[in-house]
Amino acid sequence: MSSHRIVGQRARKVDGFKLVTGRTAFTDDIALPGLLVGRILGSPHAHARIRGIDVSRARALPGVHAVLTYQDVPRVPHTTAGQAWPEPSPYDTYLLDAKVRFVGDRVAAVAAESRAIAEEALRRIEVDWEVLPPVLDMEHAMDPGAPVIHDEPDATGIRDAARNLAGDIHTHIGDVEAGFRASDLVVEREYRTQRQQHAMIEPHIVICWLDADNRLVIRTSTQIPFHVRRQVAMILQIPVSRIRVIKPRIGGGFGGKQEMVLEDICAALALAAHRPVKLEYSRHEEFFMARTRHPQILRLKMGVKRDGTIVAHHMKVLAATGAYGSHCTTVQGNTGSKVLPLYRAPNLRFDCDVVYLTTPQAGAFRGYGCPQGYFAQESLVDEIAHELGMDPIAFRLKNAIRQGDVDELSAQLGEGKKGLPRTIRSCGLPQCLERGALAIGWKDKRNGGVRRRGTLLRGVGVATSMQGSGIAGVDFAGAFLKVNEDGSFNLQVGATDLGTGSDTVLAQIAAETLGVTLEKILVYSSDTDMTPFDVGAYASSTTIISGGAVKKAAEKTRDALCCFAAQLLGAAPEDLVCRDNRVVAPDGKSVTMAETATFAFYKEKTQVMEGASHFNTDSPPPFCATFAEVDVDTETGQVRVPHLVTAVDLGVAINPMQAEGQAEGAMAQGLGYALSEELVLDDAGRPLNASFCDYKIFTAKDMPKLTTILVETEEPLGPYGAKSIAEVPINGVAPAVANAIFDAAGIRLRRLPIRPDAVLAALAAQKGPA
Amino acid sequence: MSDLVIHVTVNGEARRWSVAPGDLLLDVLRREGYWGVKKGCETGECGACTVLVDGRPVNSCLMFAAQAGGRSLTTVEGVSARDQLDRVQAAFLDHGGVQCGYCTPAMVLCTEALLARTPDPTEAEVREMLSGVLCRCTGYRKPVEAVLAAAGARAREAGPAASGAPKGRRRRRTGGRR
Repeated sequence: MSSHRIVGQRARKVDGFKLVTGRTAFTDDIALPGLLVGRILGSPHAHARIRGIDVSRARALPGVHAVLTYQDVPRVPHTTAGQAWPEPSPYDTYLLDAKVRFVGDRVAAVAAESRAIAEEALRRIEVDWEVLPPVLDMEHAMDPGAPVIHDEPDATGIRDAARNLAGDIHTHIGDVEAGFRASDLVVEREYRTQRQQHAMIEPHIVICWLDADNRLVIRTSTQIPFHVRRQVAMILQIPVSRIRVIKPRIGGGFGGKQEMVLEDICAALALAAHRPVKLEYSRHEEFFMARTRHPQILRLKMGVKRDGTIVAHHMKVLAATGAYGSHCTTVQGNTGSKVLPLYRAPNLRFDCDVVYLTTPQAGAFRGYGCPQGYFAQESLVDEIAHELGMDPIAFRLKNAIRQGDVDELSAQLGEGKKGLPRTIRSCGLPQCLERGALAIGWKDKRNGGVRRRGTLLRGVGVATSMQGSGIAGVDFAGAFLKVNEDGSFNLQVGATDLGTGSDTVLAQIAAETLGVTLEKILVYSSDTDMTPFDVGAYASSTTIISGGAVKKAAEKTRDALCCFAAQLLGAAPEDLVCRDNRVVAPDGKSVTMAETATFAFYKEKTQVMEGASHFNTDSPPPFCATFAEVDVDTETGQVRVPHLVTAVDLGVAINPMQAEGQAEGAMAQGLGYALSEELVLDDAGRPLNASFCDYKIFTAKDMPKLTTILVETEEPLGPYGAKSIAEVPINGVAPAVANAIFDAAGIRLRRLPIRPDAVLAALAAQKGPA
Repeated sequence: MSDLVIHVTVNGEARRWSVAPGDLLLDVLRREGYWGVKKGCETGECGACTVLVDGRPVNSCLMFAAQAGGRSLTTVEGVSARDQLDRVQAAFLDHGGVQCGYCTPAMVLCTEALLARTPDPTEAEVREMLSGVLCRCTGYRKPVEAVLAAAGARAREAGPAASGAPKGRRRRRTGGRR
């Protein structure tokens, strides 16, 4: 690995200058003449039908340029999920509809000359409501007689609309019942997870206008520009060729922007008003009108031999997708396919129902079904290891998937269809466990329960997890490179940097391959007119899939340049090596990249430029071991985390500094998931804590000491051996914390987030009946 | 409502603004071309709109523009000269303190304010100052490292005498807290 010059560098972000100086970079950082402000009227009811709607007083208001209701727009069933076509999510959503299915659902939209006028226009819209009973409890959503949320006849892809069943998954390998009979110990437990909100600091925002050629330009904060182009074309019934989607810098996404959230309605407003329109969510709206993580109830049953060998594991999941089914079966499919195979049991079964509720819509969120699954599975194996009197690390090492194994469950559970088996070609999980244990001080601190300062109990816990690197057989990306006469290169990629640093990582891959320094690569990304296609930034795919495309394009470009350099050097092209901005012959003679490019331009009249596409038929998993140290206050129930360790096998780190940053951000988000974050609804489905005051994400002061350990392995399918990093480190935080609480206080918390009242109740129950 | 005319100093330059009584400082700054001021919540919770008012960090979404009359404002555009980065900005890039960059201008400004008052801060002081700015990308470890590194660079440049802190307070355990 050390032979690399650019790959492996802790390089500054290539887009860092504009970010750190506050230059115009983000969607909103643009001044357009005649820009209107769009606003959406959100439903006050969780479930209701519009009997009548009168917008005449809104339209009459001076300064209002467009008012749209379901009567004014095409009715095209679709999904807002940003997924490759054909999307595996049901087509159950409409630009605007005569029915609303959650508090905040779209009723109407306006575009006006100021926000004040737009909001006055919303107040002037009169709706005659037929209020319907809400459906708020996922355990009763499928009851006979429950109100039907999707009773419209034109939706497609819903598993059983009459029962509010959006989708279901039932799959197995082996025979779990036989496995349980053959086990010495069978443990069954239930775990519950909550609605978590992405809370990216830049809320959803989009600006749409018609350009001089009357084409629709959509400047948007998205992870999926190419999917947005396709979706908006379908919904507004205009050709793809009439739409240009531009993604500027993005202020965070975490999956919340792997979704067409505002682009369709903003585009409709711009077309109706024939003026530029900006539409953005307020922070309050962002909490419940955007997307959340799917809440789940997980029932796990695991059978083991006395020596700790897992024989059978059955996971039953009930999940709520909220009002619409975007990502419903794929997120939950991941809960099975990326969690169960971590342990090489011969008998696995996964059963899952995903139900509709009249609640905010769930969607993609970093981890994509895995944080729920791993909270349950990693808590359960900890319980079992304890029951068997085994060290939790030893139990995991004994059962964990390893290099050379083939995960057959992934073949059963693809992206909404049969998938592909997963072969483990690289696995650093044992090293992750070893180095992580050392960093947390496992040997000294485990089996703590040592009282400190009166009411504080300290303990340590561990969890392991894996993820994927792109969606096997589905994700693909294009990349394009052209050389300039000074030996610099324009790299054009559809890949979508949402703050993750992918522009930098892709530039490093290009520079490494071309043998040039990093500043020679000029990255332009995510503009549907100007860059090749890419499915977008999700599924931990960009480094491996988009990076694969960049590497191929760079190899072709390098080889083409070598043909010209060969003429200058009088050598055979295949004998030349590119390094340090030069092309070097075996005899040591060399020409600069600039001389080569200038020769190609002005002597040979050739623009050297190459494009390439890339996809994989397998999705190599990164592996992660998470260790948490906790203090449980027995008087207040407060859990504090003084130290959190993540050791992650990401393949080769293209940029270790950025990779660490990904892990550390995931740890912070994972801590919120474990301890504080939940979007709470009242008994009418209204959000109770839609602000940063009431929905607590960790601040600089709240964060524990973080230790990040990059365990590098060499992945044959990845560019320069890379796998992925962005998602996997979030999976283990909640279970590691829960397991550490057990180590400290002997109580099991099986519901997220773990709040002080639950801790106190568990402590009381522990003392009580005994 | 009739507009008010106010005189402010922004990044060292005198400005004359015509503002409505209800205009937020955040909106006026962006309207006047200070795009580095970011909007994240408009309720004073996220800190992305932080600017310095007479050297102190303020959420510009919680201040009327009219209240800025006669004050001296600093936005991120005023931190460095044209194409040069100052130490704080360079440290944020060199230490991976920037991911999406949306909260970065606010973090940079808070750091400038902290280091102006406390040239050699402890990690706890850094975390206290940065706790007014929510970041969802970094987990704060690298921003904290960046601030401590920038402080170190300043202290080195100015020489040991310039450090206002007694020697005993000079703890720079990155990653640790309290």
